[in-house]
Amino acid sequence: MQSSIMSVWVVLALVAQDRLAGGREHKSYDYTKYHTMDEISAWMNQIERDNPDVVSSMMYGQTYEKRNITLLKIGFNSTTPKKAVWMDCGIHAREWIAPAFCQHFVKEILGSYKSDSKVNTLFKNLDFYITPVLNMDGYIYSWIDNTTRLWRKSRSPGAENCTCFGTDLNRNFYANWGMVGISRDCCSEIYNGPTALSEPEAKAVTEFLGANQNQMLCYLTIHSYGQLILVPYGHPNISAPNYDELMEVGLAAAKVIKAVHGKSYKVGSSPDVLYPNSGSSRDFARLIGIPYSFTFELRDEGQTGFILPEDQIQPTCQEAYQGAMSIINYVHDKNFKSAAITVTATLWTTLIALWISSTSVL
Amino acid sequence: MATGDLVPTHFPARRAAQVALHHLNTHHGSPFRVFGLQRVHTATAEDQVVGTAGRKYSLDFSVTDYGSSGSVLRCSAEVLFPRTETHTHTPPEVHLRCEDLTHISSSPEELAFYQKHTAPHSAISAHDLPDSQGNISQDMQPFWHLARVAASFIMLRESSENTEYNMAQVANLTQQETSEKQLMLKYHVLLHDIVSQEIIHWKLLCSWSPEGGVSVRETEWLPKCPHDTGPPTAH
Repeated sequence: MQSSIMSVWVVLALVAQDRLAGGREHKSYDYTKYHTMDEISAWMNQIERDNPDVVSSMMYGQTYEKRNITLLKIGFNSTTPKKAVWMDCGIHAREWIAPAFCQHFVKEILGSYKSDSKVNTLFKNLDFYITPVLNMDGYIYSWIDNTTRLWRKSRSPGAENCTCFGTDLNRNFYANWGMVGISRDCCSEIYNGPTALSEPEAKAVTEFLGANQNQMLCYLTIHSYGQLILVPYGHPNISAPNYDELMEVGLAAAKVIKAVHGKSYKVGSSPDVLYPNSGSSRDFARLIGIPYSFTFELRDEGQTGFILPEDQIQPTCQEAYQGAMSIINYVHDKNFKSAAITVTATLWTTLIALWISSTSVL
Repeated sequence: MATGDLVPTHFPARRAAQVALHHLNTHHGSPFRVFGLQRVHTATAEDQVVGTAGRKYSLDFSVTDYGSSGSVLRCSAEVLFPRTETHTHTPPEVHLRCEDLTHISSSPEELAFYQKHTAPHSAISAHDLPDSQGNISQDMQPFWHLARVAASFIMLRESSENTEYNMAQVANLTQQETSEKQLMLKYHVLLHDIVSQEIIHWKLLCSWSPEGGVSVRETEWLPKCPHDTGPPTAH
């Protein structure tokens, strides 16, 4: 009698535990709303749990306030090192549509790799390294209340005689640091920091890219607003050696973006289309040799600016997804299809040569 | 800065077009009509030495009314950014022509909105338009549009070739009592300058009526940090 009561209690306890654990799986994540950092961290854990064979998370640094900067590595497992694509969102805290896009992007590729042969091939040949929120301290700060919503920078304190906080992370990279488009006033929104890489967030990205630079084919960094696709470099007198190709790829991406919801994205170098700047992550990526490096500035063009209405999250993410995929597919095909074509061409040449020689003998 | 033909998608043409838009909005904006840049078609710039010295932009562009109608208008404008000897900022001068502008008249919505809010005891107040998630209730949209139009007076005045202004948010608004046949409102707006990336706070007092349009009575710049000496263009 007692053992059966015990087993009933055990069963009840297990059911309750299963309910608690299973609860989150049944509640689907709303990709059309802005999420807090806690929600995004929980989502990342869930994504990893739900897709263990293709997703793993990696902690690659810490923010000033000692939070773990984490990315999702997505792709089929491989025993040999794979080529890779990097995407980061939320370098600037107030650009909430950017982390929303990273989440959408992850959802899309995970939802299509089994059925879509193109995405399946990407998973086979590439790893995606995606950081949904890079500037976690700033992002959390921008969620505090209405007076903090428009925060941009990191949350490190200013140097000795400075009462203001924060460095512009996208001016802090070791890429023509301090040369143009910055301010030495620590209260400025484009303050580039006391020194290059003074900010641990910028350091984390730098170290990761540096350690993996031979694998990295493509670097995408997501911002808002302006509806722009920017190519390196931020300095008006310096051009990337593959500028023409970068422009072609960027313009092709803008074309597919427009086909989704009719939005025009302008393509060009930052000094042409936006303003000169230095110390950007995009410039750093290109400088260490990652050939395809782009900044996306998502919707809108100024009507609502940083505070993009939630009903625009989905259409913005849909168009940006097509744009990003256009670039990623180009980069992939350049590095993988051509090998197949070369092999096939060699094979045909050999066969034809054999046939000709065999017919001439007769 | 470039002279001669300008690339329409590059920033010099766009910044000049934005200035022309601020001018357009000051003259023709309302709670139900706010113009945004759709596209610059062609643009040229030249140094002007006769008369007011400075750089003059000639633009051919299209604008969209995102206030309500969504209609697209074709416009042309000359925008002159004066060059001054002293370090004080001089506002740009704009001459603008848009097709179909003369056909724009007060809509029934405008009249209804005006009647409702100039009725006795109307005392509208609100804060954070949009809210952090980007939401603005249907009722508040016209007040948000009106803020954008009133802010255009400031943005126009403060603009230079080295600024690019948009309104980021309305911090708060309060209706003011008045004996005039006007909707009178006090606003605290947050402007965003793309070039410096700064958020600049301004308080303003504006009035609107369907026949008279928008006019700004008072403006006050609010410093960001204790040691701020003035808005970006003043530097």
